Amino acid sequence: MSLYTLLGALEIGLIFSLVALGVYISFRLLRFPDLTVDGSFPLGGAVAATLIAAGTDPFVATFAAMIAGAGAGLITGWLNVRLKIMDLLASILMMIALYSINLRVMGKPNVPLIMEPTVFNILQPEALADYVFRPLLLVFVVLAVKLLLDGFFATQTGLAIRATGSNARMARAQGVNTGMAVLAGMAVSNALVGLAGALFAQTQGGADISMGVGTIVIGLAAVIVGESLLPSRKLYLATLAVIVGAIVYRFFIAVALNSDFIGLQAQDLNLVTALLVTVALVVPRLRQHWSGKKGG
Amino acid sequence: MLKAQDLHLTFNPGTPIETLALRGMSLEIPSGQFVTVIGSNGAGKSTFLNAVSGEQTVDSGCIEIDGIDMTRLPVWARARQVARVFQDPLAGTCEDLTIEENMALAKMRGERRGLSFAVKPALREEFRAQLSTLGLGLENRLSDRIGLLSGGQRQAVSLLMAALQPSRLLLLDEHTAALDPRTAAFVLALTVRIVNEHKLTTMMVTHSMRQALDVGERTVMLHQGQVVLDVAGKEREGLDVHHLLDMFEKVRGEKIDDDKLLLS
Repeated sequence: MSLYTLLGALEIGLIFSLVALGVYISFRLLRFPDLTVDGSFPLGGAVAATLIAAGTDPFVATFAAMIAGAGAGLITGWLNVRLKIMDLLASILMMIALYSINLRVMGKPNVPLIMEPTVFNILQPEALADYVFRPLLLVFVVLAVKLLLDGFFATQTGLAIRATGSNARMARAQGVNTGMAVLAGMAVSNALVGLAGALFAQTQGGADISMGVGTIVIGLAAVIVGESLLPSRKLYLATLAVIVGAIVYRFFIAVALNSDFIGLQAQDLNLVTALLVTVALVVPRLRQHWSGKKGG
Repeated sequence: MLKAQDLHLTFNPGTPIETLALRGMSLEIPSGQFVTVIGSNGAGKSTFLNAVSGEQTVDSGCIEIDGIDMTRLPVWARARQVARVFQDPLAGTCEDLTIEENMALAKMRGERRGLSFAVKPALREEFRAQLSTLGLGLENRLSDRIGLLSGGQRQAVSLLMAALQPSRLLLLDEHTAALDPRTAAFVLALTVRIVNEHKLTTMMVTHSMRQALDVGERTVMLHQGQVVLDVAGKEREGLDVHHLLDMFEKVRGEKIDDDKLLLS
């Protein structure tokens, strides 16, 4: 495997670690199984690519993509909190709706960004090759996001959101408006996914209507892989684990697809993902079984 | 003071499992009073407590605390006035959060939550001092997950949490029922200490007649969603468990007679 493929895997892994952080917030902190991600990822890409193609500053476009993602998360949360639609179903409804919305945003199935400016090529110094600079910039972005999240979830508001996911009845008894806490958590979660979508579109040369397929599974895979590599209940370690999980996951995919002797091709990606998630889900249970602590 | 007037609440109205949980229930608790509430299963104790805390909304009637109408407010909007300890020791705390994070949540009960850090050094010292009064060694475990604590320890912390922030009414929902006898005695003693220290207006629901007479200054017995006995002062001092049991039987007997009249 070449350095180029390796850096490519790191780059995509870093972008998907933002998705994974979003999935961690919804699935783990809020305990809200949120599939909106499959729609808010391409939404972020669509908004950013369309705005950039129309001449908007890439930074503004990327920020707009985050806002759009947050909006999608808010609507899913609202469907659940106000209209009392089951969490999973609410997110599926939003995901389906976003498919149409994304097509409307782009006006066509894809928006290429070949010659347009992106946040990457604007900031790129002459001395560095793009495939080196992109992962480098992403490391900073992901670390900044991680530290901001760690800080946010240690604030009074962040604590209220975590309490809502952990014990909603107790949170209400402490005066937490749990409905608002769910909305806030879902907005933050999907804003991160929107950001990931925007960055993905800018590294992959454009947005495509099908770029969201399986995003939630990849995000969940990253969370699960991270949790089995670095099990911890401490938030700052958990967010780190999720990022490491996303990168390791991408690395495994790259190895699987680039090893000729296995004979896998790009179209096998989703199958490999499904297998990897299954293994990551089963291994901790087997480990428990073997150690005999909670066997049976 | 708590003022509950003519509360009615029916579960599953119009179905074969229709239950008249509250039938014109009225109760006033003056500020600073510690009231114990007893009654058999289905007497409406828990329903009444849930109606006051907001977990259940009454069909009709009025609930006021210090003149503020609470009848239609959701649970979280009542939290500034009402503190609560649950029956299930696991229900009153967040097992995924640390001891200090749980206490920080309770410290802000009913307040607007902003973007400043929830656990600050000054707060941590306050929590440490509070925890050390328990004598359980928890003051050295502030950053442990509260899920690692036993049920009794968690219930003791829940009680501390309820008193971290001033309240106009403390609700205790059979909060020693799920504990072993020794731990239950410890938690009950702690309850009395905290209530006296902060001069809290308190309503304690209990299944134990002994407990109902031992603590507090007034005892109320519920039956079929109404107050059937209300004793305080001298009259209460002279009461023993078997007196209560007699009254209990009497109340129930009369009701059975009523039914007989209806059937004949």
